[in-house]
Amino acid sequence: MQKTSKALFGLATAFVMSSALPNLAKADELTLCWAAWDPANALVELSKDFTAKTGTQMKFEFVPWTNYADRFLNELNSHGKLCDLIIGDSQWIGGSAENGHYVKLNDFFDKEGIKMDDFVPATVVGYSEWPKNTPNYWALPAMGDVVGWTYRKDWFEKPELQKEFKEKYGHDLAAPKTYDELKQIAEFFQKRQIDGKTVYGASIYTERGSEGITMGVTNVLYDWGFQYENPKKPYDMEGFVNSADAVKGLEFYKSLYDCCTPPGSSNVYMVESADAFKSGQVAMQMNFAFTWPGLYKDEKVGGKKIGFFPNPAEKAHFAQLGGQGISVVSYSDKRDAALQYIKWFAQPDVQAKWWELGGFSCLNSVVNAPGFAKSQPYAQAFLDSMAIVKDFWAEPSYASLLQAMQKRVHNYVVAGNGTAKEALDGLVKDWSDVFKDDGKI
Amino acid sequence: MTISHSSIVEKAADATARATPSSVARRVRGLSDRAIAWLFIAPAITLLLAINIFPLLWAVYLSFTNYRANRPNAPVVGVGFGNYQRVLNDPDIWQAMQTTAHFVFWTIVLQTVIGFTLAYLIDRKFRGHAFWTTIILIPMMLSPAVVGNFWRFLYEPQIGLFAYAVSLVTGIPTSDIQMLGNVTLAPWAIIIVDTWMWTPYVMLICLAGLRSIPDYIYEAAEVDRASPWRQFWSITVPMALPFIMLAVLFRGIENFKMFDMVTLLTGGGPGSITEVASITLKRAAFESWATGRASAFAIILFVAVFGLANIYVKALNKVKQR
Repeated sequence: MQKTSKALFGLATAFVMSSALPNLAKADELTLCWAAWDPANALVELSKDFTAKTGTQMKFEFVPWTNYADRFLNELNSHGKLCDLIIGDSQWIGGSAENGHYVKLNDFFDKEGIKMDDFVPATVVGYSEWPKNTPNYWALPAMGDVVGWTYRKDWFEKPELQKEFKEKYGHDLAAPKTYDELKQIAEFFQKRQIDGKTVYGASIYTERGSEGITMGVTNVLYDWGFQYENPKKPYDMEGFVNSADAVKGLEFYKSLYDCCTPPGSSNVYMVESADAFKSGQVAMQMNFAFTWPGLYKDEKVGGKKIGFFPNPAEKAHFAQLGGQGISVVSYSDKRDAALQYIKWFAQPDVQAKWWELGGFSCLNSVVNAPGFAKSQPYAQAFLDSMAIVKDFWAEPSYASLLQAMQKRVHNYVVAGNGTAKEALDGLVKDWSDVFKDDGKI
Repeated sequence: MTISHSSIVEKAADATARATPSSVARRVRGLSDRAIAWLFIAPAITLLLAINIFPLLWAVYLSFTNYRANRPNAPVVGVGFGNYQRVLNDPDIWQAMQTTAHFVFWTIVLQTVIGFTLAYLIDRKFRGHAFWTTIILIPMMLSPAVVGNFWRFLYEPQIGLFAYAVSLVTGIPTSDIQMLGNVTLAPWAIIIVDTWMWTPYVMLICLAGLRSIPDYIYEAAEVDRASPWRQFWSITVPMALPFIMLAVLFRGIENFKMFDMVTLLTGGGPGSITEVASITLKRAAFESWATGRASAFAIILFVAVFGLANIYVKALNKVKQR
């Protein structure tokens, strides 16, 4: 009996030891959560250097964009320990800061000499700060991104089309600098036969389910003078969100949708827009800059056939910010190791390699380096675009604000219900209700 | 009359006790038949309470609070019937309910008519009827995600077969056949897909009903020289009616919850024209994180479906008893 007890005790000890061993090994492992897309693959490659330098293994949890917000906001809200580091969307920063999901990084930055002045200012405001324009940092700018445009350079360079276009509009067929020019080009190409195939003017965002049409519409509205609120009185939206200029901007977006998009464009976002371009359907495409490296490499439409240009201007000149910052999840048991990753990631040489691998660095020393603008065919357009960015609300209630805008603008632009003024008036009402619920007005 | 939950459990325990062979009870010393019965039922009761009853009661509790799942540290304050009042006064929610009712009505009508017709034809037992039955059943065996994506491509104006076929028949250019982007057509696009997928299900139930009608009734009708038309209306339809009503009940409840197909095909658009109640609920609960309000909405939906289903089941029982 005694022997049996000893044997059982020995077995139990061995079991406990064997199950503890992997845990010990995992103490040097960090999990980074992000969306599943090309830049994430570049980050996997880049992070091998971190592992080589520190011995910390990197594990990655990548989720497709369609489930990205659902999956990770659930994880944060439930105080999950899955992610030690998270590259969260720019709009999440307010909620994540106020609800304690992210570790505040000010002391860490001060201690390690990481200066936010070293990063592109707009990315610091967009990805790191909450409240906005205050020195409270919750993330390090990680992936710069912005809505811009690609165009079929090879079509634009066809002599017969150049001639016809100049005769019709009185100026050269070239990357547009204003929205009037953009629409002229889109109309010019709409339903045109090129190489025996019917092509269309432009692919623009119209997606209803998540955030697509809002990203597209704001990209245009900013340039007409749309503002989220009275600069002198926060959350005062009447006459700013629904100003006469904003109404004209929204009308323009609808006119672009009606005149110049391919058939079946009622639910287009990043993937569908890129697909429309890749399949040779459209002359121009609105899309986030992260798609550019992949499109440039595309055998059918990339290389010499593709050109890039920043958002055109109208009364003002802005572009919708995309991209994300990297944060340490406050529920992680490995905060110190996670902070070490951020320290490593912030280094100029790592950031330079990040750009080389296909990530979009936000570090000034990278983007302002001599030769950066010519380092990739899309580098100049990226630089120009990042200089004019503006972001959607980053309020903790951003999701409710986003849903309201998705509904109002889709109703007008795609479904054709009501007028632009009614859509924006309705939006002011919806947003006011959200802020009333939050006790902000 | 309300039957209490505990009395149902006790009745189940008694029934189990009665069904337990006495030899089993004898083998387990010191335990009464009733105790053994409880022992067997306890895991199922515990699971039921944990998985069904507790979340339901918790949702009822949350529906009277301002709780938001994304702000777990914020104080939870009772708001009385505030959430219910807000849900019932929200025009968007009424719009979603109207959209849902539209889907439920038309899908049920189409699926019942087509499903019963198919069942009637299959019941004729023509040559190869087993093969055609299998072919007809394929759509309902597919995953809704596959069906949604499959039909999205079919509806594609430039490359989709649906637009091509309609264009061939009507002469309308394919680029003008925008099923998913057109306010008038988008709801019908979803109704068509749901009908395509679930009519076989209705057909199966109706077929079971038709095959349950004894042949001698038709033989007696033949003797009485009843015409086929008369036989159909006086024998086939009344005797298959309980089965048809059962199919309507199942499809009605299912379609009230329609979510995946709409999300995949239109995302609720264009505008909000195809935004059914389940999508509105999901957005409120898991995108806006208005947990309290979403719980109130869920309870209202639950009560509505439960109430309507109960009335319907009573009608079904009456039909069965005829």
